[in-house]
Amino acid sequence: MSVFIIRRLMQAVLVVWIMSLLVFVGVNIVGDPVDMLINPEADQAEIERVIKELGLDRPIHEQYWFFVANALKGDLGNSFIFNQPALKLILQRMPATFELAIVSLLMAIVIGIPLGVYAGLKPDSKISKTVMATSILGFSLPSFWVGLMMIMVFAVMLGWLPSFGRGDTVPLFGIEVSFLTWDGLRHLFLPALNLALFNISLVIRLTRAGTREVVHQDYIKFARAKGLSQNRIIFVHLMKNIMIPVVTVLGLEFGGLIAFSVVTETIFSWPGMGKLIIDALQNLDRPVVVAYLMIIVVLFVVINLVVDILYSILDPRVRLQDLKG
Amino acid sequence: MSEPVNTSIDSNPEALKVETPFQRFASDFMENRVAVVALVVLIGIIFIALFAPLISPTNPYDLATVSIMDSKLEPGSKSMGGTTYWLGTDGAGRDLLSSIFYGLRISLGVGIASAIVALLIGTSVGLVAAYYGGRTDTLIMRFVDIQLSFPTILVALILLAVLGKGVDKIIIALVIVQWAYYARTVRASALVERNKEYVEAATCLALGDRRILFRHLLPNCMPPLIVVGTMQTASAIALEATLSFLGVGLPVTEPSLGLLISNGFEYMLSEKYWISFFPGIALLITIVSINLVGDQLRDVLNPRLQK
Repeated sequence: MSVFIIRRLMQAVLVVWIMSLLVFVGVNIVGDPVDMLINPEADQAEIERVIKELGLDRPIHEQYWFFVANALKGDLGNSFIFNQPALKLILQRMPATFELAIVSLLMAIVIGIPLGVYAGLKPDSKISKTVMATSILGFSLPSFWVGLMMIMVFAVMLGWLPSFGRGDTVPLFGIEVSFLTWDGLRHLFLPALNLALFNISLVIRLTRAGTREVVHQDYIKFARAKGLSQNRIIFVHLMKNIMIPVVTVLGLEFGGLIAFSVVTETIFSWPGMGKLIIDALQNLDRPVVVAYLMIIVVLFVVINLVVDILYSILDPRVRLQDLKG
Repeated sequence: MSEPVNTSIDSNPEALKVETPFQRFASDFMENRVAVVALVVLIGIIFIALFAPLISPTNPYDLATVSIMDSKLEPGSKSMGGTTYWLGTDGAGRDLLSSIFYGLRISLGVGIASAIVALLIGTSVGLVAAYYGGRTDTLIMRFVDIQLSFPTILVALILLAVLGKGVDKIIIALVIVQWAYYARTVRASALVERNKEYVEAATCLALGDRRILFRHLLPNCMPPLIVVGTMQTASAIALEATLSFLGVGLPVTEPSLGLLISNGFEYMLSEKYWISFFPGIALLITIVSINLVGDQLRDVLNPRLQK
């Protein structure tokens, strides 16, 4: 077990190192670091001071160590637009993105599992067929366009829900959250649903496939023969057995939600990390871009590491296979 | 000599020809009516994309014919000059139907170009990994696994943040995002094929590595590759649209469907829905029809499902 974890940890460190190299090469060799990291409005004295500070007058390998050393200290430069440390800006917006992603994940579970179980239990009913056809649309529809149409219908035409921002927030353990206020919930609903669409479809398909397989197993027949109620069979015997793949896939999809929140946040002006990076890209606020890239890579490496380790605990075959290879 | 074993032996291609695999393939494909409709629609879309300048009612990027007076007209309204704008006009007075035709051209072009390049690179890498095995294989597949553990949109965003805007840049980004899927697919089927007798026979004939890889292994790995290729083209088109919508994809001079939708976003709040709605429908039809064709291809080409 510990060998497996150590191996995975080494791999994680390797990925972060490769990414730091890539970002460094992208910024310092493909592009001109003086243009990229120094505010274009700075005067000559300022430019020279920053060049010294960032070590841009040194040889390239020393520059790389400068970059790494600064990054490890948590110093990834100041934003041109906000004139604040880039890292701080991103960390400030992280809770909003996480809130959106977690609420979407819950939506996928709450909407997807009942529909999937129903479609699996009654595969020939009209409702099931409609659900399955809609779930194909959930995969195919470009989610950004669906987001626009949601704004069009629910915010502009019907006027039921607001179309942008986070609404009222209240602090929870020192972090501002939207889901505890009515106004915040109203703001949260459309973006979270938009982000969840893909995963709702995914959960429906997984649950349906699982249900159809499990229904014909002997232990379900036995439970039925024992005279257990339909509800007990569905919620205890069936659910337990279809949840494993659903939970695994959703765990893996959490990272995807964070990445895709870039799109949803842009459409609904949700003030999270994704909106920040798109704004930064458009405003050429490069320190923020660099900081975002590094943070998101570290975040993903951590998510993947956790999923891998959990997976190996749940399924011993994974770690055994890995040790052999 | 018509035992099934013979059909898989490379030295006896006649055995395959007798069965005319293409005819069987075509009739299998036709069994699903939805897929046939999707194929017809897809051919129609490709036709529109190829001949956009000839069949568009107006040229939306000819400044001489576009009038700002016609801007934001509703679908079906007539212009000052008497032409009907079936799908309305956008903020600059361009006919939306014509813009969509031209946009399809760019969206499909970028999607297909990137899919082909990714297919070529991914296939070669996957074949090499499967054929040589050992260290080469481990190294390549580790790389593929790591890349696939990041969501495509994130990888594309990182690349475009470094590369900048432009048609070539977005194609490069899409290729880098996609190649790993092809590599993994080809490797999986090549690993199975590698241990078959025809490869052994080819090795005994002392044929070169390259010849065995591309003339013997590759043709037998084609079916899953075709399926993944269709699906990946659809997702490349969707990804390009998303990136262009976000403003990090194509430049304004290459108005793909994603950019058209993005242009309509600002008019959305004043209930001018059509500027974003119709390009989105065009994108949707394209993606869904490619996926439906791909689904049917998967069923037809999967030997396990064959009767």
